[in-house]
Amino acid sequence: MIANASGFFVGLHVEDLGVRLAQHLLIVGIALAVAFAIALPLGVLAARNDRVRGPLLAALGVVYTLPSLAVFALLIPVFGLGLVTTEIALVGYAQMILVRNIVAGLQAVPAPMRDAARGLGMTDAQIFAKIDVPQALPLVIGGLRLAAVATISIATLAGKIDAGGLGALLFAGLDRDDPSRIVTGSLAAAALAIGVDAILRRIERVAIERAR
Amino acid sequence: MPGASVSIRDVVVTYPGADRRAVDDVSLEVPAGEFVVFLGPSGCGKSTLLRTINRLVVPDAGEIFVDGNDVRGASPETLRRGIGYVIQAVGLFPHMSVAKNIGVVPELLGWEPARIDARVDELLALVALDPARYRTRLPRELSGGEAQRIGVARALAAEPRVLLMDEPFGAVDALVRTSLQDETKRIHRALGTTIFFVTHDVDEALRIADRIVVMNAGKIVQADTPLHVLARPATPYVEALLDTRDTVRRLSLLRVSDALSQSERSPGDAPAIAADATLREALALLLAGSTQLAVADRNGAFVDFASIRAALAASAAAA
Ligand SMILES: Nc1ncnc2c1ncn2[C@@H]1O[C@H](COP(=O)(O)OP(=O)(O)OP(=O)(O)O)[C@@H](O)[C@H]1O
Ligand SMILES: [Mg+2]
Repeated sequence: MIANASGFFVGLHVEDLGVRLAQHLLIVGIALAVAFAIALPLGVLAARNDRVRGPLLAALGVVYTLPSLAVFALLIPVFGLGLVTTEIALVGYAQMILVRNIVAGLQAVPAPMRDAARGLGMTDAQIFAKIDVPQALPLVIGGLRLAAVATISIATLAGKIDAGGLGALLFAGLDRDDPSRIVTGSLAAAALAIGVDAILRRIERVAIERAR
Repeated sequence: MPGASVSIRDVVVTYPGADRRAVDDVSLEVPAGEFVVFLGPSGCGKSTLLRTINRLVVPDAGEIFVDGNDVRGASPETLRRGIGYVIQAVGLFPHMSVAKNIGVVPELLGWEPARIDARVDELLALVALDPARYRTRLPRELSGGEAQRIGVARALAAEPRVLLMDEPFGAVDALVRTSLQDETKRIHRALGTTIFFVTHDVDEALRIADRIVVMNAGKIVQADTPLHVLARPATPYVEALLDTRDTVRRLSLLRVSDALSQSERSPGDAPAIAADATLREALALLLAGSTQLAVADRNGAFVDFASIRAALAASAAAA
């Protein structure tokens, strides 16, 4: 048992792991950054405008429910294999979670609080920066956390279409029937998701503490 | 800084989709430094009228002048930074410390941090809270009464010449409310700020107002001193709203010094009462079983049932 176990760890593909992990982080990082840059104005607009909110959330909901494999299959004929297809798919998925939480966060700001801010002479931009942002932050970070975990998981599919990341390790293992690669890739992806979740959870708690 | 005069002329407000006017052709001239209370039942337009003064509500017709200047003359933000605004407890920003909350308007006005800090301490002292203890607290670490004091301090931070208070003490218990009313009166006397105060609590209005503006269905029904409103209600509506036949209520507006009688002989063992106590308090003492009360520091002066009755009659005649 012990010999087996140590042999198993020696067999882990640690030499590839560093590179694949870095690629994975890059893929996820780009996806979240782009997704957030799009979600923020959409979320603010949807929170302020009743007529935009319903249709927008419905449309994003449809994207969210599409099976991820199907999305990749639909995008590849247009954008080919590689990073672009991966990022488009990931940004699409993250959108729903991010926009929904930004909307919920902004709508939860009590009207009298904003009324007091306006009455004291804040401009709309100042109300947004000094009241809305700190008040909505816990839910926005919560959305970012859920989106990050989902994206880390879905991003393993990138390995299948030549975009690298931990999925490349995993799929190489599947192709070559090499369990150690499969296990290394899966464990690393899971550990990454758990780690990122824990870090963002901590930040979220600080934000909650400060918004109360 | 002394208060500003406020002139409200033919103001009409109709909310979008509403079938009647929230404020229906209201005019009111308020001299600098007056303490005005808007009194009336829920939905009669008190808050709406109040909020036209700092342009949180824009009238459909009419004009408003602060110190002779049309409120539309500057940007709404500039106007509001010069007018204090206090609402019920929720108005404090929960993610900001007490000092940050109080410093909001000075910060918007670009004051130096050192000047803001000094002002925060000054204001905490003004509302009778120890700066060292309260400066760094968060709103959730305050009692309801303390939170309201901070709300008042925040509204006064940039030395506004007009202060708007919308049911500021509605969420605190009766005892705390009374002390907050007294503080507000004291601050008003000390600063001379023109104050507009919304309430639907009749006794609160009678306690603190220089002038009570009684409203009904978007209109001003009567605007007069508390004593005059009680003694000469303009309409049956005012009479019912203030329960003006409640004599005891009127006595709470009169002082012992309004009802003095003089006697040659010493008052003997009659209980003493202060000259600035209300006649309501004097009545209570008399009912406890005395025929007269000696007035403290007024040689030989006393009050009794007859002198109270005379003061009441005189106040009704004067009104
Ligand atoms: N933002 C708004 N949109 C539409 N109607 C409003 C709005 N605010 C107030 N109203 C309506 O205008 C009328 C006057 O409301 P206002 O808030 O001025 O009354 P109020 O005297 O302050 O009442 P309360 O004592 O309940 O605070 C009411 O009929 C109310 O329903
Ligand atoms: Mg109101």
